[in-house]
Amino acid sequence: MRVSLFITCYNDTLFPETGRAVVTLLERLGVEVEFRAGQTCCGQMHANTGFRGEAFSQAKRLVRLYADAEAVVIPSSSCVAMIRDQYPGLMEELGNETLRKQFAALLPRVYELSEFLVDKLGVEDVGAYFPHRVTYHASCHGLRALHLGERPFRLLGKVRGLELAPLANLDRCCGFGGTFSVKNSEVSSAMLAVKLQDVLGTGAEFCTALDNSCLMHLGGAMHRQYAGMKTIHMAQILASTEEHPAEVLE
Amino acid sequence: MSGVAGHPMRPPGEAENRLAGGPVLPPQQAKTRLAGGPVLEQPVLDPALAPPFPKAALPVLRNPQLRKNVAHAIDVIQAKRARLVAEKTDWQALRASASRIKDEALQNLGAYLEQFEERCTAAGGTVHWAADAADARRIILELLREEKAGEVIKIKTMTSAEIQLNPYLEAAGIRTFETDLAEIILQLGEGEPSHIVVPALHVNRSQVREIFARRMGIENLSDEPEALTAAARNYLRQKFLSVPTAISGANFLIAETGSVVVVESEGNGRMCLTLPRTLITLAGIEKVLPRFQDLEVMLQLLARSATGERMNPYTSLWTGVTPGDGPQKFHVVLLDNGRSSILAGKTERQTLRCIRCAACMNSCPVYRQTGGHAYGSVYPGPIGAILTPQLEQMRHAQSLPYASSLCGACYEVCPVKINIPEVLLELRSQVVNQERRQAGRIFDPMYVGLRVANVIFSRAWLFHMAQWMGRIGLRLFTGKDGWIHSLPSVGAKWTETRDLRGLPRQTFHGWWEKNREQGLGNREQKNRD
Repeated sequence: MRVSLFITCYNDTLFPETGRAVVTLLERLGVEVEFRAGQTCCGQMHANTGFRGEAFSQAKRLVRLYADAEAVVIPSSSCVAMIRDQYPGLMEELGNETLRKQFAALLPRVYELSEFLVDKLGVEDVGAYFPHRVTYHASCHGLRALHLGERPFRLLGKVRGLELAPLANLDRCCGFGGTFSVKNSEVSSAMLAVKLQDVLGTGAEFCTALDNSCLMHLGGAMHRQYAGMKTIHMAQILASTEEHPAEVLE
Repeated sequence: MSGVAGHPMRPPGEAENRLAGGPVLPPQQAKTRLAGGPVLEQPVLDPALAPPFPKAALPVLRNPQLRKNVAHAIDVIQAKRARLVAEKTDWQALRASASRIKDEALQNLGAYLEQFEERCTAAGGTVHWAADAADARRIILELLREEKAGEVIKIKTMTSAEIQLNPYLEAAGIRTFETDLAEIILQLGEGEPSHIVVPALHVNRSQVREIFARRMGIENLSDEPEALTAAARNYLRQKFLSVPTAISGANFLIAETGSVVVVESEGNGRMCLTLPRTLITLAGIEKVLPRFQDLEVMLQLLARSATGERMNPYTSLWTGVTPGDGPQKFHVVLLDNGRSSILAGKTERQTLRCIRCAACMNSCPVYRQTGGHAYGSVYPGPIGAILTPQLEQMRHAQSLPYASSLCGACYEVCPVKINIPEVLLELRSQVVNQERRQAGRIFDPMYVGLRVANVIFSRAWLFHMAQWMGRIGLRLFTGKDGWIHSLPSVGAKWTETRDLRGLPRQTFHGWWEKNREQGLGNREQKNRD
């Protein structure tokens, strides 16, 4: 099976180690990975800030770029949610029949990473080793838009050496919200403070998620506060083995 | 559709809506100041005058007592709601059913309202149509003058707060007496509602004690709930028995029978609806349901969603007037005030399904931190964030659609399945379209940034160049530890409370090109720009 990795704009720029981990992980599971160099952004930032016209152009680009892909894997819940929840409306408004058909055909082949592993490949034990205490932050998009449910827990449950620390108020937003974190930075920070109490209260060494955006928010505060916890995308935990431990940012 | 069939409703003129038709003054001046001054803080709940959300939220964010009160109150209600929803095996079917009922009512709103008018009139009621707030206030004042009423008792109605009825009546010489416990606290303490179901949730017990002791003239009042409710009861009994005119809101209007439904917890509503001689009910036009039978669905959803109860203690249902029983004069004022214009929008229309249960605000992580006053409207929380700007015809409250992290908790709990995040996005795009027409937009770094980003994302090579330039540019701000601790302009909004990791030397695509592309042939080349 050959999958196309859509790394997303912010992972490409800020979290390349997540992309490398996805490649390592998928190849270890016998999947061929391709990377289409024309990729940029799914348009979520624009759509969610009210720049719908601008989001149109990015949606068109993405659909055309991946029209012939066997499967597209995206290590970001919120970008998958953008494609699943917002693209149908955008496509309808655009009124381009060819594009709409291309999108309709592509949509069932778009996977969030944990969906691809559990649903498409049917694996839960990916052969990972990560000997640390870890807590999982279920991002709002993963939880309420993609309904990832038990998938992340099943994957983490099979990681050797990993001790999972349950997070209280799992369904509560961390306060990132894209441009919300800047437009309403004070409220966003207040939400972050509340979330951090729960996250730090787990006593974990790492907080993981399937969205680097939430982790950038949580991790930024942890770093600012010398909180003694780090963030790591779940792909990096799943890619980690005895021979090749996860890349962890200092 | 815009306007209600047979009753053309013009969009309210801004000035007229707010100030004409009666002596309503800006809230600061409208209130008759009472001896000793206001007890509670004085937020501005007029969208035309309120500061933008981020600014209005600041005083609350800095107030530990208030944040604790709000978080505790909504956590309690939310937990009760979750427990009672879990015991309903057909909850999702009920939600689907309720949203269909409301959609049916909204799609045929004109016809159902006329049917309601006809049946209510036949049963001895009188129906009045108010295009906007000024109209509604004028109608109600005229009705009260006909009754020669100097005083009026009220059941909690957010719609009357929406049209700023109390200050208007007070200025016209009619004293209003709220009878819902929370509303009494706010009225006597000169406060403003911060929630649509529990409007005084931001006020704590000792503040209530202080307000009651001072305004009711009770010495040695304790802050035990029993003592406080007893004080309220004594105060209320006199009013129930002596004031012959009442004003209520409505939870539902039934087109089929011309009936009105009010749902409440304290029994004060039942008193107001049965003891007075004259009853005036103010209801938004979206409150109409087609059939009596629809209540079966709605009442199961409403109490569970609103207060976390299987059934609310008092559900009052009446149809017109009954000789010798209850009020002998009954008026319904149907209020548009921007509602019919909301019907015109395909996405926005669902806003009018709302049955005001407040489950959205109880589940909202933003509301949990800010409480209700930050929304600058009598309708706070997620529903307020979509309802208020629309009632204002997008002329005010443009910061409200952005007062959400789009976490989706509101949609998940909404008993009538209003996709609030979807409506928020629609309204955000309307706000941006307003910005596009403003000359000052070129000085707004967020606006310019997003426009530039759109160009950058249109070509991979432009995106890659921007990443490279970004890395060079940010080097200046990146510490030895590889993290950014302080950024200028919009970036400062991030770094005020959070660090940001510096841009890594190598992007992912850079790594891929270097390590993976050789050997794979030129298969990827065809996908390049």
